Amino acid sequence: MGDSNSKIPVSSVFDPVSTPAHEINVIALFSIGITAVIFVIVGGLLTYAIVRFRRHPGDDDREPPQVYGSNPIEFAWTTVPVLIVLVLFLTTARTIYQVQAPTRPPDAISVRVIAHQWWWEFRYPDLGIVTANELHVPLSDRQSPTPTFLALESADVAHSFWVPRLAGKTDVIPNRKNEMWIDPHVAGTYLGQCAEYCGTEHGLMLLRVIVEPRADFDRWVAAQKQPPAVDASVAHGRQIFESTACVNCHTIQGTAAVGRFGPDLTHLMTRVTIGAGVAMNTRDHLRVWVDDPNVMKPGALMPAMNLGDKDLDDLVAYLATLH
Amino acid sequence: MAGSIDHEIPLSATDDLQSLPVLGKLHEWVVTVDHKRLGIMYIAGGLVFFLVAGLQAATIRLQLAFPDGNIVSPQVFNRLMTVHGTAMVFLVGMPILTGFFNYLVPLMVGARDLAFPRLNAFGFWLWLFGSLLLYFSYIAGDGLYGAGSAPDVGWFAYAPLTELPFSRGNSTDYWILSILLTSVGTTATAINLIATAFCMRCEGMTLNKMPVLVWLAIVVAFMMIVALPPLSAAQAMLLADRFLGAHFFDTQAGGSAILWQHFFWIFGHPEVYILVIPAFAFASEIIPVFSRKVIFGYSVMVAASCGIAFISMSVWAHHMFSVGMTPAGNSFFAASSMMVGVPTGIKIFNWLGTMWGGKLRFQVPMLFSLAFLFQFLIAGLTGIMLAVAPFDWQTTDTYFVVAHFHYVLVGAIVFMIFAAIYYWFPKVTGRMLSEKLGQWHFWLFLIGFHMTFDTMHFSGLRGMPRRIYTYQPGRGLETLNLIESIGALVQGIGVLFFVINVVRSLRSGEVAGDDPWDAWTLEWSTTSPPPEYNFATPPVVRSRRPLWDLKHPEDPDWKYE
Repeated sequence: MGDSNSKIPVSSVFDPVSTPAHEINVIALFSIGITAVIFVIVGGLLTYAIVRFRRHPGDDDREPPQVYGSNPIEFAWTTVPVLIVLVLFLTTARTIYQVQAPTRPPDAISVRVIAHQWWWEFRYPDLGIVTANELHVPLSDRQSPTPTFLALESADVAHSFWVPRLAGKTDVIPNRKNEMWIDPHVAGTYLGQCAEYCGTEHGLMLLRVIVEPRADFDRWVAAQKQPPAVDASVAHGRQIFESTACVNCHTIQGTAAVGRFGPDLTHLMTRVTIGAGVAMNTRDHLRVWVDDPNVMKPGALMPAMNLGDKDLDDLVAYLATLH
Repeated sequence: MAGSIDHEIPLSATDDLQSLPVLGKLHEWVVTVDHKRLGIMYIAGGLVFFLVAGLQAATIRLQLAFPDGNIVSPQVFNRLMTVHGTAMVFLVGMPILTGFFNYLVPLMVGARDLAFPRLNAFGFWLWLFGSLLLYFSYIAGDGLYGAGSAPDVGWFAYAPLTELPFSRGNSTDYWILSILLTSVGTTATAINLIATAFCMRCEGMTLNKMPVLVWLAIVVAFMMIVALPPLSAAQAMLLADRFLGAHFFDTQAGGSAILWQHFFWIFGHPEVYILVIPAFAFASEIIPVFSRKVIFGYSVMVAASCGIAFISMSVWAHHMFSVGMTPAGNSFFAASSMMVGVPTGIKIFNWLGTMWGGKLRFQVPMLFSLAFLFQFLIAGLTGIMLAVAPFDWQTTDTYFVVAHFHYVLVGAIVFMIFAAIYYWFPKVTGRMLSEKLGQWHFWLFLIGFHMTFDTMHFSGLRGMPRRIYTYQPGRGLETLNLIESIGALVQGIGVLFFVINVVRSLRSGEVAGDDPWDAWTLEWSTTSPPPEYNFATPPVVRSRRPLWDLKHPEDPDWKYE
């Protein structure tokens, strides 16, 4: 299961590919620089004092001169830190306003991100698309930027949306609408995950952001808008799906299934992973998952379906047609 | 005194018990109102919970040592991290630190006990049973038929995960009640410390001549009185939500999840300073004695501590930079959080000034104190980084933050607790701890600490959130996590040396004498261990270092103060 992430580069905050992450990286390096200088100076003085003023074996028992304090020195080592704090605060405030108050171009992409225990729902209101756990966004080039604005909502408890190479994290809190934005300028797949403890499977609430050139993105959008093709050879699987508890939680367009508690499965097979990133989306994994999600993700809210081998095979065969 | 009259009655009534050695001893400890015995019980109780919660941390590290770890289930992991965090703050940090203040403040001000000895005993028993309640949840949280379960909502228990729809059973209720009880006990201690320091100082000890430790005890006590009520209020509201159908934090009925965060952190951030200022207090007593110099800038040290206390009341929302505050809100809390760095820096500089020109003796208490200085410096600097709100958006709720606060809680506070134990153990027990075993303890713990917590900064910066029970291979986290886990093992071995050292010294340690470190404050003028009444005659002081004046009549402190 774990091999699903090995082809994705490390999600380092120092490797930004989007403006918010880039701005943060700049001020992060600046603050690390300042604190490193302070560390070298103060740490150096401490080390010097420890080495220089240690008691030597041949020392007499007399006490060293007692120094009770010095107001000029106290004044100096109060003033200098105040100045450093002032500089750091001004640069910080500047970055806060830059990241939090962006200009929104007319052709920006809007996505509603709805966090659930323990998966992500992505809805594109302007495009009429619903998907899960894998967010597709277009590449944004610097001349004519097409940033993506995310409206964050929670269906249950507090979560946090975090893809380190794209932006800092923003909490996803029930009864509250938060917003963030990204404008990735390098194509690729970026790994993120929920960063606010949200219950049993907080650890496996992964997400991917797939950044594609505009043409590829538009092709993906067009494909997602199509209803899934009807394949008569899997009719029995479809009948099982429509006649069991599946429909209570899942949606598949063109069928009786309109549930919203679990991920929309209309285009299930276009996603790379299942279970919010716990495993690659293969038929074998899908079969294990549908049989009992607790095997891969203990505590997952989807119940074991207890279908029996034949029905399970047919159901998975049907799911495998959902392109 | 009323206390002495009361005392006569149980003594005569327990003649039968006195004849049974074990039961008689136990009875003496249960009925005691002596600040020294209560202090020892606080510290001993805190150390027992330290070992238990430490073993829980070790299990967490075992689970995370390798990717796709399968040692414990996600449910068990979440309980481990919740109980580890809650226990280390409320069952370990608070009691050990208040235990030291309990023991030391009356001795240092030349009093025979705290102002309200019975309130003190009441506070201790509230704390003890409140603490047991947290661990009792392991048996009773879901009832025995459900095999029991401990709380799994995280130590800051964000709403609405704690509300009934998401937290069934009673494990969260045990968490609430445990914290409520221990907080009430702590508040009692705070009132006691303030009354003692203000009203019971010996002749000649003006406020300006109190040892720094007593000053800092007052500062901490005031912070407790301000910071704990919001926590208790929040717990009461959560109980009302869970049992009475109130909707304070119940988002499904229109409650506010953010409200809980404000309540929790307006307690939670002062709490950090409630825990670390006692560490400053120990350092301010130990570093001068082992440098053979008076503390540099006494009044500045006290003023800086008061400054930290004031500013720390206005920084709480820096735990909430990612909840979507306005840019103005984020900027305000970035500024106030950075400002804390100024008085904190002043303190480090003054300890440096104390060592400057001294004759440093590197015995175990001083070794722990020196490591504290470096580690607290680093903790402060990563704290400045976290106050840079945009950097915090990347690092909050990751292992970078875990590293930062363990640098404060372990690198500063636990190190200074060990320093304080090595320093005052001879006074409390009359016996020295072994210097040799102490060196083993120090170096192993130091190496293990840095293996574990230095490394965590980097796993956080590589995208590892905190509180995940497993991670996938190929994310660049394997090596870092393995080093962290090995470090935890090394720390554990270090603590084992400490346990051996304590047990060995209690049985056959070298006899300490009244003043083994050639120190200067009043507690070293009485016997080791001190008699129940502390001082045969109430002491009279003329300076901050009464024993220095006695030892150096030709050059006493009071000439310069």
